[in-house]
Amino acid sequence: MALSPRGREVYFRRLLEIDGRVTTLKTQKAHARRPESPRSELLLQLHLESNPEALCLVRATLQRVAEVVHFQEHESRAIVRSVDEALANIIRHAYRGRSGMPIEVSCWRLWDGKDDETVTGIEIVLSDSGAAADVEKLKGRSLDEIRPGGLGLHFIKQSMDVVEFSRKRGKNFLRLVKFLTVPRQDRSREGE
Amino acid sequence: MQISARQSQGAVILDVSGDIDLANSPAMRKVLLGEIKEKRIPKVFLNLKGVRYIDSSGIASLVEGLKASRDMGSRMILYGLNTTVREVMELSRLQRIFEIYESEEQALSA
Repeated sequence: MALSPRGREVYFRRLLEIDGRVTTLKTQKAHARRPESPRSELLLQLHLESNPEALCLVRATLQRVAEVVHFQEHESRAIVRSVDEALANIIRHAYRGRSGMPIEVSCWRLWDGKDDETVTGIEIVLSDSGAAADVEKLKGRSLDEIRPGGLGLHFIKQSMDVVEFSRKRGKNFLRLVKFLTVPRQDRSREGE
Repeated sequence: MQISARQSQGAVILDVSGDIDLANSPAMRKVLLGEIKEKRIPKVFLNLKGVRYIDSSGIASLVEGLKASRDMGSRMILYGLNTTVREVMELSRLQRIFEIYESEEQALSA
């Protein structure tokens, strides 16, 4: 499913129903190249339950998705780690350890808006219907403190280029974006 | 995740393999704290050679183990970390607080 820049914007706004209440936890790294008019293509949607046993399955799936988008090995590990930590946070904090609660994971391949051949990165949106996150806690903690806990969000921020949290109508949305260090031409789309 | 214990010169070596994540880090924590606090083993080695993945809850369990070993006046030593585990250690900036060795031979002789 490929969307035009306008279509993608409409889809994303409907998905999140954004009305200015987005908490940006991190914007892109200086070296990351963000396309001016990104286009996106839905690669995968997972409907999960808040069961820790499912995490290993999601990691294996995301590893493959990252490879399909042509991320390098260390970048793929970073994406897998981020989604795994985000899901663990949803299970532990949003659902307070309750199993059987719904979680949705959507993965989008990002294309350069200027041409139809250049893949620029991946966008992953996680949503849940659990308790609202404390925005203050989303800022994370200093790593100078040596104590258990509070590392998951730090891993996510270290690993992804964009990290945004929003809440609307009883649902939490976490948007994660990672750009390819070198955008990649995908000739397989020629002739479509 | 699988974890098994073996004895070596008064120390205990915990061989850990598989993924350490939210589903099973409590089990690793229980075994680790059991050796350090209940059995009062003076040296506990964690062989992480077979660990493919560790998340922040697994790292938190290691930090708890380290704190318990310091409280007990014992030592907790890690070895056999692969790239994935090392990356997570570096991200958490915790590699400096753990005793980490490449191999079992190096760890046992430390």
